[in-house]
Amino acid sequence: MAITLKINGNTKTVTAPEGTPLLWVLRDHLGMTGTKFGCGVAQCGACTVHVDGTPIRSCITAHEDVEDTEIVTIEGANGKVTEAIRSAWEELAVPQCGYCQAGQIMSATALLETNKNPTDEDIDAAMTGNICRCATYVRIRKAIKEAAKTV
Amino acid sequence: MFMHLAKPLAPQPNLKTLQISNLSRRGFIRGTTGFTLGLSLVACTQNKPETLAQDASPIPDNSNVDVGPLVLISIAADGRTQITNPRSEMGQQVITTVAQMIADELDVPWDDLVIKQAVGDKKYGDQNTDGSTSVRNHFTRFRMAGASMRQMLTQAAANQWDVDISECSSELGVITHSSGKTLTYGDVAEAAGKLDVPAEDDVTLKPRSEWRYIGKDKPSYTISDVIRGKGTFGIDVKVPDMLYAVIAHPPTLFGKVKSLDDTAALAVPGVTQVIKMKEPEGEAPSFQQLGGVAVIGTDTWAAIQGREALEIDWDAGPNASYNSKAYAKELAATARKTGENKLKRGDVAAALKSSAKTISADYYAAHLSQSPMEPPAATARWDGDTVECWACTQNPQAARSTVAQICGVPEENVTVHVTLLGGGFGRKSKPDYVVEAALIAREVGKPVKVTWTREDDVQHGYFHAVSAQHMQGGLDAYGNVTAVLHRTVFPSINSTFGPAVQGSDFELSLGATDNPWDVPNMAVEVGKAKSHIRIGWLRSVANVYHVFANQSFAAELAHAAEIDQKDFLIDLIGPDRQIDFSKDGVTYPNYGASIEEHPVDTKRLKAVLNKAAAMAKWGRDVPKGHGLGIAVHRSFLSYVATAIEVAVDSDGNITFPGIWCAVDAGTVVSPDNTKSQMEGGTLFGISNALYGEITATNGVVDQVNFPDWRVMRMAESPHVFETHIMESDAPPGGVGEPGTPPAAPALANAIFAATGQRLRSMPLLGQNDRLDMSKVGEG
Ligand code: FES
Ligand code: FES
Repeated sequence: MAITLKINGNTKTVTAPEGTPLLWVLRDHLGMTGTKFGCGVAQCGACTVHVDGTPIRSCITAHEDVEDTEIVTIEGANGKVTEAIRSAWEELAVPQCGYCQAGQIMSATALLETNKNPTDEDIDAAMTGNICRCATYVRIRKAIKEAAKTV
Repeated sequence: MFMHLAKPLAPQPNLKTLQISNLSRRGFIRGTTGFTLGLSLVACTQNKPETLAQDASPIPDNSNVDVGPLVLISIAADGRTQITNPRSEMGQQVITTVAQMIADELDVPWDDLVIKQAVGDKKYGDQNTDGSTSVRNHFTRFRMAGASMRQMLTQAAANQWDVDISECSSELGVITHSSGKTLTYGDVAEAAGKLDVPAEDDVTLKPRSEWRYIGKDKPSYTISDVIRGKGTFGIDVKVPDMLYAVIAHPPTLFGKVKSLDDTAALAVPGVTQVIKMKEPEGEAPSFQQLGGVAVIGTDTWAAIQGREALEIDWDAGPNASYNSKAYAKELAATARKTGENKLKRGDVAAALKSSAKTISADYYAAHLSQSPMEPPAATARWDGDTVECWACTQNPQAARSTVAQICGVPEENVTVHVTLLGGGFGRKSKPDYVVEAALIAREVGKPVKVTWTREDDVQHGYFHAVSAQHMQGGLDAYGNVTAVLHRTVFPSINSTFGPAVQGSDFELSLGATDNPWDVPNMAVEVGKAKSHIRIGWLRSVANVYHVFANQSFAAELAHAAEIDQKDFLIDLIGPDRQIDFSKDGVTYPNYGASIEEHPVDTKRLKAVLNKAAAMAKWGRDVPKGHGLGIAVHRSFLSYVATAIEVAVDSDGNITFPGIWCAVDAGTVVSPDNTKSQMEGGTLFGISNALYGEITATNGVVDQVNFPDWRVMRMAESPHVFETHIMESDAPPGGVGEPGTPPAAPALANAIFAATGQRLRSMPLLGQNDRLDMSKVGEG
């Protein structure tokens, strides 16, 4: 069944079997591979996108369930907060392999959008669903605090 | 985006993601047309090439031979300099580092660089990106390439002016004659391309004081893309008309499909085909495909759903008896018995008998999975008898030769494009998944991408060896160590490639036979262990368990001697000297490097230990429930000491108030990146030590995905992590792996200091990821 999705401000029509997770619609149907697959079971956060401003795991979200929402992916995230995060990420050379970083940035953006001055505990709570096997955690924590200073 | 890669016209421009970000900011066209002159350079292999994997890999080692003309650099008429990076980028910033080494000697403006990723081809020399070798084995070679090219360009300008080359100098892409006239590299590139490559002896490398990029922090080439979701990893590859596959791998190694009912799978919307995979041959898994059943569909999800719907009856095969619990007991029992001697100094038995005090300890470390965040993935497309593959591989030449061999085509017919790797940690040095993609694509008759789901990764990997170790030590009345016995038992990586039933000299040299302690009587022994799952390299390899055992044991000896752990360790290492292990009968490969160039230097070992201790303010009073632990080790030619402060609450939860790391990696090309690798390597080691455990029942891995295969998360990470890089003129050592070995024992020693509980079995944490506080106070 054709479903219309609003992604990064653009309207896209996709035809995928019911139940197909948003992750695979983005990656395989729309060629938007910035959103990553890491586990498929909401355990790693690599697939994090925003739905109406809230970070969700696209690997367990059926695409038809987000039909009437605003979806933002790493490719389209470009608000003030995300850009502040990107600058801090570059400044502190956060990424190693970079594979988890789209998810990290989407989670960090959602955190700073609602909490301009997060404590360590806030960062733990918001970010602990995002695994980084390269273990860039120390720099992520620092960079979130850096970014917070500028937004 | 991958359209342009589809054409077989090599050398095609690289993946767009591999070009430097500031080029695009300056509005450069990202295509790399215009490089009409690919100048050939002879591979300059002054450095002893890598042989790390020599006895643990079936890969023909081509790093020792003259690889002939090596195309690493080309210069366009407009001055842009294209560097072909032969190494795999997996987070160690190797693209940037290789560019630093080449561009420094070539002396070109950083912003004029364009990077192209090499395909897998012997003409590039050694491309196997493991063993932390990219800098330590290629530092001279890459610089020689840049310097040779610079000399050729300068000679071409001298020829054009009809002057002697000694009257010319070059800097940042411009050649200047003593009269003041100038030519750019671009002006003379074509003429330079026709000159002979100078002999290595005729090329002078820059003195250290003139280094422009080496030793400086340059921004990562990939960062701008990856933070915008633009990097192209293996799993992101898309070629026209492509289908998607996942594979139901046999639950047990060398298991076979007895019967298959694919009716329900084929009924899943989007599933186009189900095929039985070719079974692996022989007794050793090597880099072969695992067999099983592939489900092909119009997207990955359809293939995953189709796989769920398969009805397969498996013949469990020869490894169904593997139960890791029982196996661990066997290993421990073997470690209690005399094994084959691999290091012999003095008379350990007699010395132990006459010691004032003796202690012994048994250590255990579970199987681990590398689990890079990007699981293995590869795409293949056939055109007649030729195949093009795209893969996140650490070893594109092995991917090429294995695909050729298993598909029965000549190697020239196989092209392996290397994408970005979403982590590797050793998993992606094994190209089984590239073979799978090639086999499936040929059978399907269309391009196919194979994706390993996390379940595949956790259950069907090349696992880090499980191990049991037994240690004995003797002390005299003054607390001096009189004797040490280290016995180690683990299934060898060699078992993946042949009928090996005992750890190899190479594995033993990683933390066991390279023991630097100044002890009059010492023995290292190895026992036999057969493997039942695929065993493979994982970041720092056998150092993980060996160093866990002997650096924990050093602390246990210190405790028995009632001496401060760090002071004791300094004494144990003994006087400043360079160690010759062969005196004690050890076959010591020294990570493939020459022992003259890279001696085992106890002065450097003690220096990092003292430094890390100073950084941690060793000896200070810590709050109740806190403890400081330390460990030191030389691996991959670099020296690393790690001090860890843990805080343990009354429920047994562990946090890290601070971690301090001192590294002596000789000459460092990329300082901040070296710190980043120390952070990553240390936390990788801590993650494995706290939680890492792969077990098997009846040959089937018990863990399935991240909920039960546990890795470190943000809330568990330290809040303070400081790294100090020791100033050194020594030749470069590795940095990707050496951070890992000291992490686990430093952690165990810190937990002991905090709680009095000596943990000798990894994973260290028990139920609910907590320490078992009922044992607190037990030694
Ligand atoms: S892929 Fe969605 S949380 Fe891991
Ligand atoms: S940067 Fe590699 S997984 Fe996070």
